[in-house]
Amino acid sequence: MKLLVCISQTPDTTANISFKDNDTAFNPDGVQFIMNPYDEWYALVRALELKESVGGTVTVLNVGPATNDAVIRKGLAIGADDAVRIDAEAVSADFVAFQIAEYAKDKGYDAIFLGKETIDYNGAIVPSMVAEYLDLPFVSLAQQMDVEGNTATVKRDIEGGVEVLKVDFPFVLSAAKGLAEQRIPNMKGIMMSRRKPLNVVPAVDFTNPVEVIHFEKPAPKSAVKLIDPENMDELVNLLHNEAKVI
Amino acid sequence: MILIYAESPDGQLKKVALEAVTYGAKLAKMMGTSCAALTIGNVQDAGSLGKYGADKVYNIPGDSVDMYNVARAVSDTAEKLDAEVVVLPFTTTGKSIQGRIAARLKAGAVSGVSALPDLSDGFVVRKPVFSGKAFADNKITSVRKVLSLMGNAIPLEETGSPVGVEAIDVPLVNCKVHRISVEKQAGGIPLPEADLVVSGGRGLKGPENWNILLELAEALGAATACSRPVADMDWRPHHEHVGQTGLAIHPNLYLAMGISGAIQHLAGVNNSKTIVVINKDSEAPFFKAADYGVVGDLFEVVPRLTEAVKRFKAG
Ligand SMILES: Cc1cc2nc3c(=O)[nH]c(=O)nc-3n(C[C@H](O)[C@H](O)[C@H](O)COP(=O)(O)OP(=O)(O)OC[C@H]3O[C@@H](n4cnc5c(N)ncnc54)[C@H](O)[C@@H]3O)c2cc1C
Ligand SMILES: Nc1ncnc2c1ncn2[C@@H]1O[C@H](COP(=O)(O)O)[C@@H](O)[C@H]1O
Repeated sequence: MKLLVCISQTPDTTANISFKDNDTAFNPDGVQFIMNPYDEWYALVRALELKESVGGTVTVLNVGPATNDAVIRKGLAIGADDAVRIDAEAVSADFVAFQIAEYAKDKGYDAIFLGKETIDYNGAIVPSMVAEYLDLPFVSLAQQMDVEGNTATVKRDIEGGVEVLKVDFPFVLSAAKGLAEQRIPNMKGIMMSRRKPLNVVPAVDFTNPVEVIHFEKPAPKSAVKLIDPENMDELVNLLHNEAKVI
Repeated sequence: MILIYAESPDGQLKKVALEAVTYGAKLAKMMGTSCAALTIGNVQDAGSLGKYGADKVYNIPGDSVDMYNVARAVSDTAEKLDAEVVVLPFTTTGKSIQGRIAARLKAGAVSGVSALPDLSDGFVVRKPVFSGKAFADNKITSVRKVLSLMGNAIPLEETGSPVGVEAIDVPLVNCKVHRISVEKQAGGIPLPEADLVVSGGRGLKGPENWNILLELAEALGAATACSRPVADMDWRPHHEHVGQTGLAIHPNLYLAMGISGAIQHLAGVNNSKTIVVINKDSEAPFFKAADYGVVGDLFEVVPRLTEAVKRFKAG
């Protein structure tokens, strides 16, 4: 099977977030960047498992500048066969999805895996957009996938439960926790990743319809009000009269 | 025209749908236009959406609709009504269809919006980013726009009265994804919609102790949640796991017991209106994010709190 996995780069979860240029841009200084966990731990690993069981290739694709190459190499170290970087800033979900679809449209992928969302912008838009541009079925928030012949049975998270779906290849899938087990790249993988191809291709023209013009941090919380553990009536009273939540 | 997709799983209008209609109606007023709600399938009491401000309620009859179908139906209706903005709830359904709808309508999309847009200089709408550590103001420059609304972001408002439901002639296409089964949690309040949430972490020591938490949740009428290790160890079902890798929620009250408050946990809950933390370690990081804190042993404090809540409810 010919598989494509879309990977994005995000700040490490514990990074201190700050902004620059009058709060119009993210400040990358001193921030460590990682592969978006949903893409790395679940989408990529499940694609590799599928390749290992039925044969084929796994390509990782990123829309981003050359500074993303380290994260892309990590995808190769974990086991992808080759990589593609579409050379442009990922300015919006609309832009990214269009670029991915334009690249993938005539390549004949059997499945395209993405993460359910990026942990920085928490968009959850790119996957279904890619599916629409390519006119493919889409299964979101997949936490388990079994493949038999040309059909996948997918368990997906829904509000207060799970749903089981069947879909024939080719399709687009977004990965949630549980779809696979995280893999740590080993020394051999890291050595080999240096020799695997990373093809850089130009972006296609697209009028970007969405732009972040300003960032703001939430107002800092006032200090916690401590309540005597013996006096829970006081807590109830505060929740009712002060916080007005019960 | 603003079109709101009033998602109604199992034929029931959920709170998220009513919120989306409230939001859409307010937005229509701001833009000096009308708004219509769309329901799909056999939906109970769809006309009641008029109470939340929908000028019209349309229905597409038909059942067993898959996400591909829903996305088609919403975007075809938007074309037919020439809707400028489409509003969806930011749910698992929203996450499955927003991009598809936006691509079909050549619309800019912003997901998980938390406030009405600012129209003073174009169309600028705010959403939380970096797992709640900041907000981003997004300017949408396309003619059409698709927004998905974060749950609990705006209070419900009944401003109108029920309206008649009109069938709309938008055919449902054939599904390519087939539903085999659905397993829903039995009873209880679904977490994503809950106003009040009681949540437990490793400090509860084991699943056999959860009755302490469940009794408090029942007294309050709250949904239950847990930290990730708790779900990983199968003490609680996975759909209760909140945080960066689990569900992001924003209830009015999030009450955490025996949870340390790791940054990845906070990522899923720090947009809650009021946070109460019960932890025996006064140094637990969660206290920094809390409005109210109780430093004490949860096995003593929580039953006491449950009694206090019962006394309060009894008047
Ligand atoms: C990439 C990544 C993603 C993650 N995603 C998530 C996520 O989505 N959600 C999530 O929750 N975690 C997530 N984690 C894990 C997170 O970092 C923490 O490890 C986890 O939240 C800790 O769970 P806990 O607070 O239940 O347990 P602990 O950290 O073990 O804390 C238990 C707490 O209970 C208190 N306690 C113990 N006994 C009592 C008692 N008798 N009375 C009162 N208090 C008591 C202790 O003082 C302690 O503070 C993630 C981690 C990583 C690296
Ligand atoms: N710049 C990017 N390059 C490649 N894939 C991306 C990029 N941004 C997002 N994706 C993919 O789309 C998924 C969802 O992203 P989003 O819709 O932005 O939350 C991610 O988990 C990735 O799989």
